[in-house]
Amino acid sequence: MLYREAGQFKTSYAADQAVFPIRQDRFFIAAALAIAYIVIPAVASEYWLLTIMIPFLVFALAALGLNILTGYAGQVSLGTGGFMAVGAFATYKLATAFPGLNIVFIFLLAGVITALVGILFGFPSLRIKGFYLAVATLASQFFLIWMFNKFPWFNNYSPSGVISAPPRAVFGRFFVTGAEADPVDKYLFVLTFVAALAFSAKNLVRGRVGRSWMAIRDMDIAAEIIGIRPLRTKLLAFAVSSFYCGIAGAFWAFIYTGGVEALAFDIDRSFQILFMIIIGGLGSILGSFLGAAFIVLLPIFLDNAPRTIGLDIHVNTVTNLQSMTFGALIIIFLVVEPRGLARLWQIGKEKLRMWPFPY
Amino acid sequence: MDFLYAIAVAPFSSMWENPSFLLEVIIGGLLTGVMYSLVALGFVLIYKASGVFNFAQGTMVLFAALTFVGLLERGVPLWASFLIATVVMTAMAFAIERVVLRPLVNQEQIILFMATIGLTFFLDGFGQLVWGGDVHPLDIGIPKEPLIIGGVLINAFDLVAAIVCGSLVAVLALFFQKTAVGRALRAVADDHQAALSVGIPLKTIWVIVWAVAGVVGLVAGIMWGSSLGVQFSISLVALKALPVLILGGFTSVPGAIVGGLIVGAGEKVAEVFWGPATGGAIEDWFAYVLALVFLLFRPQGLFGERIIERV
Repeated sequence: MLYREAGQFKTSYAADQAVFPIRQDRFFIAAALAIAYIVIPAVASEYWLLTIMIPFLVFALAALGLNILTGYAGQVSLGTGGFMAVGAFATYKLATAFPGLNIVFIFLLAGVITALVGILFGFPSLRIKGFYLAVATLASQFFLIWMFNKFPWFNNYSPSGVISAPPRAVFGRFFVTGAEADPVDKYLFVLTFVAALAFSAKNLVRGRVGRSWMAIRDMDIAAEIIGIRPLRTKLLAFAVSSFYCGIAGAFWAFIYTGGVEALAFDIDRSFQILFMIIIGGLGSILGSFLGAAFIVLLPIFLDNAPRTIGLDIHVNTVTNLQSMTFGALIIIFLVVEPRGLARLWQIGKEKLRMWPFPY
Repeated sequence: MDFLYAIAVAPFSSMWENPSFLLEVIIGGLLTGVMYSLVALGFVLIYKASGVFNFAQGTMVLFAALTFVGLLERGVPLWASFLIATVVMTAMAFAIERVVLRPLVNQEQIILFMATIGLTFFLDGFGQLVWGGDVHPLDIGIPKEPLIIGGVLINAFDLVAAIVCGSLVAVLALFFQKTAVGRALRAVADDHQAALSVGIPLKTIWVIVWAVAGVVGLVAGIMWGSSLGVQFSISLVALKALPVLILGGFTSVPGAIVGGLIVGAGEKVAEVFWGPATGGAIEDWFAYVLALVFLLFRPQGLFGERIIERV
């Protein structure tokens, strides 16, 4: 009843090609944005904004980046953490070297730098595939983190190796980084970035570029024969993916934590983001958000669950139990729906379309 | 200029001046490499038979070692602990086949890979929940004194590790070549469907291969445990075994051995001679870069099966 496209006639090609061709989808997106922009800043406490909403958005952005590379172009990467670190450190160097430059441009420039690094580490993908490539991308992960740890130039010779965000504002007075930044400003800034980048990604993957990525993913030799250049397509996927991951890393360091060392972007981070796209759904923009929400919320839930039901157990035991629950949930998820939350959402929509007469 | 000199000239001149030291470093590296091979071996066995890239191998090593050392600490004799740990690893293989592999049969490889990462988290938590997360020292009477053989300093422990690894590989080779089960394993590795059609029970084979990988993990865990102490960081050794795998090829047992030797020796030489110029700790990534460069020339690894693609 609610979700039915019958009666929505398209009278122009533009309407037929719209990003969200169904009215209910457009309404849903508009409602989600309205809630994100108006309701959440109004009702959410500082704790909610800083420890749940901002990390969720940052992770969603990184997951989006990895999903472009792994979900759409089919190149498995375990180097996401490394690329996020590049974004974070590039932002730091740019922000301290050019204090006058607007922070928006600094973030974008850091993304571009990360994209270049991504292209560099994407070159092996032309020769190797599958798990060999996955292991090879670990090289970028370990090498980049080692580099940022080892050469003090990257953190401006800070003795602790931690880079801390200098205060910067947008539109002259809304501070988004630094110690006295307002959580709501931070949140809205990240939200705007993520929404814009997600929209571009959505458009990118349904256009010519996205189709060539999917062709390479599904069968690279066939794609080559119909005239898609593997070199350009794969490297473009690495570049775009790294751009997203770089900006996500920059947000992580500058807006979420405010100060970070290279070890924050270690291999665990890469796995975490890989989990997000697998649980959310490979090759789905919405899936990146759902997966990020799941992985961000689950540990918080697991932290609080034993206390809420009144169990008093030792901290180490809790950590171990958490780890077990997390692992078990991932396996259960994969068994129940290997194509992720986005697929469940899709099935839900199909059901809704039939409801209440499923025949 | 100084940096270039330190990278391009100084290491070679110091090698030239002191060849016996170079030899010592290489032999030390080779013997460490054997330990990497032990871990990589478990990966290869499972990948060959079930096509699963088992990320949990490192954790299986840790779990097996924790079980072993936990039993020892409770006064169980050595042989009995080994036996019980073997039984535990076999039981685990049954459980994994039933809970993880069977429901996920016919899924894409990446999904199975993710499932083994889930398994990693589960086993990490489970092992430390049961046996405690502290460092357990393990001493099963392997000598640790340095030996001098032919003017070269060798650690006796490394030598024992190499012998253990060598005999393990020999036993595995015999098992694979001479027994009916081994033949069935090889058949499954070659072609799942053909193996099924001649009546080889795939599920049993998977249980066997995971159990064998578990026992290999147990041996690896005991060796690593007696050199580092049984602790959480043992599971990170798996990350060192990955470049060994891509060097040797995912599907080759000799590849895992040779790859381990190359990685072990290369890493030690790089750390000793190039470490000072680059600020040290290059061990973390050197193996990966070595493997990466190698892959550019031979994408299927040293002994991996050549991938023939058809459209």
